[in-house]
Amino acid sequence: MASSETAPAAGQRAKGLAPFLRSQMRNIAPFLTLIFLSGFFALASPSFATIDNLGNILTQVSVTGIIAVGLTFVILCAEIDLSIAGIANVTGIAVAYFTLQESYVNIPNIPLAGAAAILLALLLCAALGLVNALGLTVIGIPSFIMTLAMMQIAAGISALLVRGQIAYKVPSLITTLGSGSIGGIPWIVIVAAIMLLGGHLVLTYTRFGRYVYMVGGNREAAEYSGLNVKLILGAVMVISAVCSGIGGMLGVAHFGSAQQNEFDTYLLDSIAAVVVGGTSLFGGRGGIGNTIVGLFVLGVLNNGLDHVNIDSFLKILIRGVILLMALIINVYAQRLREKAAD
Amino acid sequence: MPEGRSPILELQGITKSFGGVEALRGVDFALLPGEIHGLVGENGAGKSTLMKIIAGVHTEFSGRFLIDGQETHFRSARDAHAAGIAMVHQELSVAPDLTVAENVFLGNQPTNRLGLVQWRRMAREAGEQLSRFGIDVDPMSRLGDLPIGLQQLIEIARVLFSGARIVILDEPTSALSPPEVERLFTTLRRLREQGTAIVFISHFIEDILRVSDTVTVFRNGRKVAETASTATSKGALIEAMIGRGGEALEHSYSDDLMLPRPSDSSVVLKVDQLSLARSLNDVSFEARAGEVLGIYGFMGCGQQELSRILFGKLKPDAGTLAVDGKPKTFASTAAARRAGVALVPESRRAMLFHQEPVYKNISISILDRISSLLLKPAQERDIAQRQVEQLQIRPPVVGLDLGMLSGGNQQKVALAKWLTYPPKLLVLCEPTRGMDVGAKNDVINIVRDLRAKGLAIIVLSTEPETVLSLADRILVLKRGAVVREFKNEPVSKDRLLEAA
Repeated sequence: MASSETAPAAGQRAKGLAPFLRSQMRNIAPFLTLIFLSGFFALASPSFATIDNLGNILTQVSVTGIIAVGLTFVILCAEIDLSIAGIANVTGIAVAYFTLQESYVNIPNIPLAGAAAILLALLLCAALGLVNALGLTVIGIPSFIMTLAMMQIAAGISALLVRGQIAYKVPSLITTLGSGSIGGIPWIVIVAAIMLLGGHLVLTYTRFGRYVYMVGGNREAAEYSGLNVKLILGAVMVISAVCSGIGGMLGVAHFGSAQQNEFDTYLLDSIAAVVVGGTSLFGGRGGIGNTIVGLFVLGVLNNGLDHVNIDSFLKILIRGVILLMALIINVYAQRLREKAAD
Repeated sequence: MPEGRSPILELQGITKSFGGVEALRGVDFALLPGEIHGLVGENGAGKSTLMKIIAGVHTEFSGRFLIDGQETHFRSARDAHAAGIAMVHQELSVAPDLTVAENVFLGNQPTNRLGLVQWRRMAREAGEQLSRFGIDVDPMSRLGDLPIGLQQLIEIARVLFSGARIVILDEPTSALSPPEVERLFTTLRRLREQGTAIVFISHFIEDILRVSDTVTVFRNGRKVAETASTATSKGALIEAMIGRGGEALEHSYSDDLMLPRPSDSSVVLKVDQLSLARSLNDVSFEARAGEVLGIYGFMGCGQQELSRILFGKLKPDAGTLAVDGKPKTFASTAAARRAGVALVPESRRAMLFHQEPVYKNISISILDRISSLLLKPAQERDIAQRQVEQLQIRPPVVGLDLGMLSGGNQQKVALAKWLTYPPKLLVLCEPTRGMDVGAKNDVINIVRDLRAKGLAIIVLSTEPETVLSLADRILVLKRGAVVREFKNEPVSKDRLLEAA
């Protein structure tokens, strides 16, 4: 995991083990958390550590994983995107809106061919991402506020499209990818894996990926190096919106319906996955490897709590506490690293 | 050196290393009450590291640390502060949006019984303290509105009057005008009379010799000399600092220097009637290939803004730029870079990535030339390695995080960024500020090489020596306007200061 950090790490090994471990705290801590949680649930419940249940966990984190790919880019740039769940929702609804529904669904929609519906839905999420990008870079609205507004705008478009109704049909390609499986492996897990791998390759091996890390590491220096910082920031906002859109379309197929407020919990889950995994909220550190560990921590936690006998209302609180702990580690790891580099 | 007093602070056998690189090797250091102790040495010699240990910034080191003869170990800067140690860092750390009085009392404003700030008392006391320092300023004015030199003086005053027994000043005079330096020295001498121990770090050896009682010289993490300042000279100190004959290196520029006949090579940059709000007023000039244009002026004369406009970071209110005869309006720094303009700003922090390895710092500006979509790390490292060897960056390890390098070496990395594919126009702000003699000389040689390769170079500095050592032609900038041009005529430090 987190191989994006191994290159600088190799150069630091000469410093001795303790400083090395300290500088790698953000990669080690989430991994230890994952091992601890898995061990705990395996001991607490005989039904947890089974192949079947591993499949369940993978399926359960897939939509979050797809959304978290784009969010990882955004957080690496030291920005935030609060509109991910809203854009996922509106894109899922849009793809259903452009698909022929059963006669009992009372939505005045516009049925189109499957490919056209998918294309339009993708264009919609890309356009919303572009609005985020322009607001952030051209007008200069902080991403926190800009995407907060976009969250509301996306919810508004969703409401207008479905008008309180529920749509069920999506294009067959989306149905297959969202709820079908091949050789016993759900397509949605495969899509999530491919997108995570793709995100990792882009961040680690491309010029754009390097720019993302550099802009996140020191935005002023990136600008004084003659990088087009605004273009890079704009690009990550669009990437985030498109990943959210794909997650939303597959999510709708996965759940079997498209309706208002369907993705609300995915906002917190996606941010938590990225941050719990150890990607720095201050930008420049972390990567998809971290996000994968974060996804598993959340997945194991959510799934494991269902396997042990626990008050279901307490689960929400436990998740909140785990998130807080991860944030503390995140900030603390940053400080340790700065000290090691001082 | 005062005799018969026991040291207020004593360090024995201090060793400190940063990831295998030893910054200090077995250093002994003693500080007496009522003493001004000057510290000199090249960048990376270990002065700042030692001071950060004393101020509790670095807490891990080996060796003995005694205060008033008691062995002590600080766990933080707060501990050091509680023990009466205060430090003025090289970089300004004031709150520009607060008033002068608030800055003077930062962290311990006088309050009444309800915990409310007593503004009138604070303003009165701040005014009294500052006027003892010879600073006449309205305590309720916004600090950021004052000239930088005055801001620095106020920050120093805050530390000096905080009641600390040990005061460390790291390069306090670099942003001060000569009369301001004079005021600072008067105050330091008065504090010495009261028994305060003062450590004074500076690259200006004349300043060190004038104000300090004792001088300690560092080289490569070792203390190589400690002597009474009356028993040494500038030449002797420089020789101790760099370990070789130093006379030829440090030019005093008090005599006239003949500027060459203006070059008639092609005009790379033409600036016409540039204006920016309160900073620049109708500035016009040309920069030619193979020529170094020096732009000299006091702090706040508009140099910084000018350099930012040339690199597309600021937009001028009026005026035009042309590169190679083509008019340009830079929408971003990326556009300026594409047009062949490069900038090295005065602050290294602003252009380097401290948590990234050296090679990524060097390759960042040229990635689009060596790779289209995929990165080529091997090639990046090769290019960086060549630059590191050519510029003699120490340690010559391109995989090391930049933060591990000393200031002078970081400055070379900042230059190295632009040298693999040299730009048409290189703009350097304060290229040698805060650097020791050896590193300064290296940078001067690098710039001369680039000039020989036909680059147009603009050097902006508030230090006359920097401009005089590099420039073929000199513009003097005063309150945002060009007031004098020196070309093909004799020039000296005095003439420059007079024009500004």
